[in-house]
Parts: sequence; C-alpha cells; structure tokens
Amino acid sequence: MHNDGATSGRVARAWAALEAVPDPEIPVVSIRELGILREVVAAPDGVLEIVITPTYSGCPAMSQIGEDIGQALDRAGLGPWRLRTALAPAWTTDWITPAARERLRAFGIAPPGQCSAPAGAQPLRFVPRAARAGAPDAVACPRCGSVHTHEISRFASTACKALYRCLDCREPFDYFKPY
Amino acid sequence: MTASPQPAVPASLDHLPPARTAALRYVLRLADNALILGQRNAEWCGHGPVLEEDIALANISLDLIGQARLLYGRAGELEGELTGLPRHEDDYAYWRAERDFRNWTLLELPHRGPLAGNAAAGRDYAVTIVRNFLYSALMVELWQALQDSRDEQLAAIAAKAIKETRYHLHHAAGWMVRLGDGTEASHARMQRALEHLLPYMNECFAQDAVESEAAAQGIGVVTATLRPAWDATVAETLEAATLSLPPATGFVSTGKHGVHSEHMSYLLGEMQGLARAHPGAQW
Repeated sequence: MHNDGATSGRVARAWAALEAVPDPEIPVVSIRELGILREVVAAPDGVLEIVITPTYSGCPAMSQIGEDIGQALDRAGLGPWRLRTALAPAWTTDWITPAARERLRAFGIAPPGQCSAPAGAQPLRFVPRAARAGAPDAVACPRCGSVHTHEISRFASTACKALYRCLDCREPFDYFKPY
Repeated sequence: MTASPQPAVPASLDHLPPARTAALRYVLRLADNALILGQRNAEWCGHGPVLEEDIALANISLDLIGQARLLYGRAGELEGELTGLPRHEDDYAYWRAERDFRNWTLLELPHRGPLAGNAAAGRDYAVTIVRNFLYSALMVELWQALQDSRDEQLAAIAAKAIKETRYHLHHAAGWMVRLGDGTEASHARMQRALEHLLPYMNECFAQDAVESEAAAQGIGVVTATLRPAWDATVAETLEAATLSLPPATGFVSTGKHGVHSEHMSYLLGEMQGLARAHPGAQW
C-alpha cells in the first residue's frame, strides 16, 4: 500500500496541474470547469487514473484533450498515468461552474440555460423563431445583455453551440446549448 | 490519424446459440444504423443548401458517428467475450462486407427519390429531412427505453445519445414544417419524399429473433412497442407541416438481415476505400 500522505499529495498536485488545461475549442475555460474532468484516482497499481467524460458522443476535441492532459501530467512529473473515459453519468451543461459561465459570457459566448428538465419534457415547438424573442427562456446577448434575440441556426461552429443574433445590437453570437 | 490495419478474419458466430449472440447482434444493428446515416448525412458537407444547414448536417453526422463509435466499442467487447478476439471500432466500419452490415435499409438510401434504371439526379434536401425526421422520432423513443437496458454500457450510451437525438428531431421537425407548410413546390417535394421513405419504416417495427431475444434478456427493446409514441410524433408534425400520411404498405425491407439495397455497395465503397487501399496508413 502506498503512503497515504504521498498519494493524496500526488492526487492534489495532479488536480493542480490539470486545472491549467483549457478546453481546446473554448480556451477561456478549463476542462475541469466544463465538467469534462471528473476524477483523479491513485489506482492500486501506482498509476494515476484520470477520469474524463465526453461532452458530445462525437466531440472531435476529445483526443486533443487526452493529449493535453498527458502533457500537463508529464510536465508536472507526476509519474505514470492513464486516461479512463466514463460515459455515465452523462455529461450535462449544468456541470459548468458559475465562474466559467461568466468567462464564457465575457468571451462572447452566451452560457447555457439550465437543462434539468426531465427527459421528454422538451415538447416539439413549431412557433416561428422570432415569436420567442423576449420570452422568459430567451437567451441574453453576451455583448449588450438584451434578451431580444433569436436563433439563426440550431448548429454553429462546434457541436456544443447554436448560432444566435441579437435584434438590438445586431451582433451574431454563439450560444452554448443546454445539453 | 491512423488507418487501421486489416484485422484477423472474424470468427463466425453462427455456431453459437442465438441467446448468446443476441446482445452483440442487437448492439451492432444500432451501431450500423448510426454509422450509415452519419455517412449519408456527411455527403452534404460542403454541399448544403445554405451554410447553416451545411453545418447542421455535419454536426448531426458527427453525433451519429460518435454514437456509432461508442456502440462499436461495446460490440467489440461483447464479441471478444464470445470469441476471444475483441474487435476494434475500425474493424467493424472498414473491414466488414456489405452482408455483414445490419442497418435498416432506410438509412442507406441516397438523398433522392426512386429513379428508373441508371437515371441520375442531384440530392433532394426533402429526402434528407424526411429521413432524419422519421429516424430521430423513433430513436428518441428507443434511446429513452434503452436507458433502462440491463447492459450498463448500452444504457450509458443511450443516456448520451438521447440528448443528441432530441436535438436532431427538433431540427428535422422544424424543417418538416417550414418546407411542408412552405411553397407549393416545397410542399410537393416533402410529400413525395414522405411517400418514398415511409414504407421503409416497416422494417424498423418488424420484430425478429434477435430483437425478441435481446428484449427477453432485458438488453434490448421490442421496437414495435414504441410505435404508438412514434405515430403520435409523426401525426403531430405532419399536421403542422400540412402533409398527409401516405397509406400503409406491406413492403418490408431487409437491411437488418444483411440484405441491402443496390445503393449500399457504393456507400461502402466510398467509406471503406481509403482504409482498404492503404491499411495502416498514417496521415
């Protein structure tokens, strides 16, 4: 068995090293703040096990995230490590920390609304998109704060974002989709 | 990137009792469905009717191919338990023959209506939208049910996939309404696409031994039990889209038994060509 103090110190140093690993596509937030980095465990075989969870099933950034994690751990001289991908519980944007939401907004990306609605509770809606501008669940423009916005496209620059436009300041912006 | 080397010849599963192979066969069908539709939708990449839809279709493909990768990962483990030879996701995608793919025929059809002989036509976005709508409306129900699968990994994959599939359904249903309740021309094209594709849904609801066995083991779901919920989504959307439900037909396609349409080999030729021409290549 390992010395408990040394083990917990190594885990803490790993967390500290990984704190600095940004999301490759949204570099203003870290993978921990996004909820991608789930756990750091000192496995019985002496290997540091880093548990990550994918955002979207096909997120192309996952392999880059894996490489970045490895580099950060190696730079910190933390010894052998391995990555484990856990699917359950499924990643949700509700895990994104309040501080990260604020930085997303400052970066020009509207942070996601809460998505704790139970499964199936998202009815199909066929109302014209503009009719929802100003509704209580409307997305606030990250530049001017207006909720007078509308969706241009359900899909945008990455799998996790939708494209919106502010009808007041007229700027288009990315909206991090509640997921 | 690395192209996978040609794998060892897969062991035949035919000598094993159906009860032992049901989970693998069931998961492979789900995986093949996701991969083949992902490959089809990706054909719009760089060719979308408008930029936003080009991006939307590429994103949807990314989700579908991601789901396929997770499902192939699980299938590879299940096959390893049966044969002692675990399979990699690339073994399934690049190195199986047409007869080994078990996707629903609906998903391999080209983005256009039926044509006689060797007539050629461009892609029809109406076909793309109607297919994505019919498939997503069913998969939302199926992933919902599979979250309770006794196979924990399949349940976890379902819990991820349902979020993506709900989004795909919203996208497709929105376009069903915009095009169906659009101009005379767009309405007519949507109605034609619906008449072309709806008969292929019969295959999805046709129960067979693999599905019955997977359901009996608590791993899978009898898709026919999801029919009322699917019917309701279709009816609600078609009404908003001013489209009419074509009459039911007795036609049942056979893709999930490995007997595909004439379009499948072309799709596989494009998808598998590079990996087969350059096994193990890196780029």
